[in-house]
Amino acid sequence: MSFALRTAAVALLLGTAAPALAEIKIGATVSETGPASSLGDPEAKTLRMLVEEINAAGGVLGEKIKLIAYDDAGDPNKARTFATRLIEDDEVVAIVGGSTTGTTMSIMKVVAEAEIPFISLAGAIEIVDPVQTWTFKTPHTDRMACAKIFENMKTSGITRIGMISGSDGFGSSMHKQCLQIIGDYGIEVLVDETYGPTDADMTPQLTNIRGKEGVQAILNAGFGQGPAIVTRNYGQLGIKTPLYQSHGVASKAFIELAGPASNGVKLPGTAILVANLLKQDDPQYGVVNAYKKAYEDKNGSPASTFGGYAHDGLRLLVDAIGRAGKAEPKAIRDAIEQTKGYVGVTGIVNMSPTDHLGLDLTAFRMLEIKDGNWALAQ
Amino acid sequence: MRLSSKHLTLLILAAIVLVAPLGFPSNFYYRIGSLIFVNGLAVTGLVILIGFAGQISLGHAGFAGIGAYACALAPQYLGLHPALAMLLGTALSAAIAWLIGRPILRLQGYYLAVATLGFGILVTMVLANEAPITGGPDGHDVPELGLRKLLETIGIDLSNAQFWYAFTGLFLLAGAWLALNLHDSPSGRALRALHDSEIAARTVGVDVARYKLSAFVLSAVYASLSGSLLALMNKFITPDAAGFLHSIELVTMTVLGGASSVPGAVAGAALLTLLPQVLTALQDYEHMILGLIMMLVMIFMPAGLVPSLSRLLRGRT
Repeated sequence: MSFALRTAAVALLLGTAAPALAEIKIGATVSETGPASSLGDPEAKTLRMLVEEINAAGGVLGEKIKLIAYDDAGDPNKARTFATRLIEDDEVVAIVGGSTTGTTMSIMKVVAEAEIPFISLAGAIEIVDPVQTWTFKTPHTDRMACAKIFENMKTSGITRIGMISGSDGFGSSMHKQCLQIIGDYGIEVLVDETYGPTDADMTPQLTNIRGKEGVQAILNAGFGQGPAIVTRNYGQLGIKTPLYQSHGVASKAFIELAGPASNGVKLPGTAILVANLLKQDDPQYGVVNAYKKAYEDKNGSPASTFGGYAHDGLRLLVDAIGRAGKAEPKAIRDAIEQTKGYVGVTGIVNMSPTDHLGLDLTAFRMLEIKDGNWALAQ
Repeated sequence: MRLSSKHLTLLILAAIVLVAPLGFPSNFYYRIGSLIFVNGLAVTGLVILIGFAGQISLGHAGFAGIGAYACALAPQYLGLHPALAMLLGTALSAAIAWLIGRPILRLQGYYLAVATLGFGILVTMVLANEAPITGGPDGHDVPELGLRKLLETIGIDLSNAQFWYAFTGLFLLAGAWLALNLHDSPSGRALRALHDSEIAARTVGVDVARYKLSAFVLSAVYASLSGSLLALMNKFITPDAAGFLHSIELVTMTVLGGASSVPGAVAGAALLTLLPQVLTALQDYEHMILGLIMMLVMIFMPAGLVPSLSRLLRGRT
């Protein structure tokens, strides 16, 4: 394959020429505008902020980092074009980005061919399972959220649940992944209900769940307004069994939409949501609060989980470049794969050849809504 | 024999496709070239519909989506070779265009626009919502066409980007050749007659309904092929390919380049594919500059880029 050969030649050239340039080029393509801008915008801001920070502190390997960032507007076709441009034209040594699963899937095919390490910022488990040589990712997966919830249920002695899931992409994916692992926790789904993404009333489904003998808890896998309506209906019906929501609603907007019925709802969330509640001796305390403060001081808007993904992506990369000792794609890739004990905003990362995500369940905190605010659940 | 303007246009197009790579510093430029060709193919279809027959469609990306997903799904569920899947997608698009075209083309002006718009949105919704089959909004993998490996065995060794540049370029040239031939044929004249006045065309014996329908079906075939090529080139497709924005983009390319001109189609596609890449340096102003260029072209060159420029040149000499 002449293409691979040429890319290898370019990579080699880069590896040897980089010191002369005194600049390490890192590429990014995120969805700064478009339908996924709520993800891509904080990601882009975080990347720019961090590169400034790292360069002000002397860069890495004595060289400054140059960030080349493009806005793919959430369009996988554009993401592919920009990934090609980053590799072929800008000659970056690694790429961070891919805000959505679609854009990530597009970029993955380009980096695999060009043999450039890529750290994705998208959620789907398909990105790292099966493991692709050149692709890593920082966000936790739906399956981990399921595991965290089931773990909490198990300690509370809950073994039989009713499930209600949105039929949109998020809801159906999480539903599927929850059912794949639920057996490991000895938990059984007695009623399995769904609702459409635009449904305005979930009372019938909840009545069904309430009517089923032996249901000890309700799990709602969903994203957007659906879970807020489920929570409201749950309150209206006066259901007493505990309600678990997913990480898909871990935002202030959910509490506001769901109203007082959200009190007592449990859900898995990231450390950054409860940065002020973390204990001083929490391993993530320092990094989470430092990032949150820096981001909010600079941008004037609250730091989000998504910005945290970008923070970890870039920091992991820079850390790997430092350990690799040279800014050469293959060496960087190997170094990322050997990452051990890196403490990030999302969690503590331990990569391996069979795990290109490297997070464990401690990346999620079990949260409980108390008086319209987040609290750490027991 | 004197070269007709049709052959001249084709020769110039072919020369551009052939010569341009000499100045390409990297594979990225081949990628941009193939994107221009893929878009240009769909836009050429729209030139037949909008420029020749005078009908508007705001849902043609829907056909691109059908072509694209045929290449993604038929190999998986029917075990078809991707090349056959492409043909299947084309046939499917043509059949759907024929079915919906019959009632839809009775409508005129903005009613037609809204009806086609609805069709495009419908396709996107089906692709996004039938997640168990289509993979939903997260998209679906598309298998390798395999033609490049075949060429390799007979000694033609091209990089992936180079292969797609050549392959899509051939499709564009064939599409342009067909459209140019149509323009000068009796059918083309009938289409242009009904463009100017349906009543007049009917009076001189043109079967208006039939010609409108054939133009619609033909342009759907172009769009479907362009969608298939995009899917096979990217090896991955999402419902965005069928989306409303893509439809609008295609119509904008058509009108910008010159709705009645085949080389205009290519110029429009080239301009709108290249500009976002050129303007990345001015990221914050990208959309403003794009909008400004489009407004200026429409104000000072209402016939579109290529027809206006060629008239200007002819006026000078």
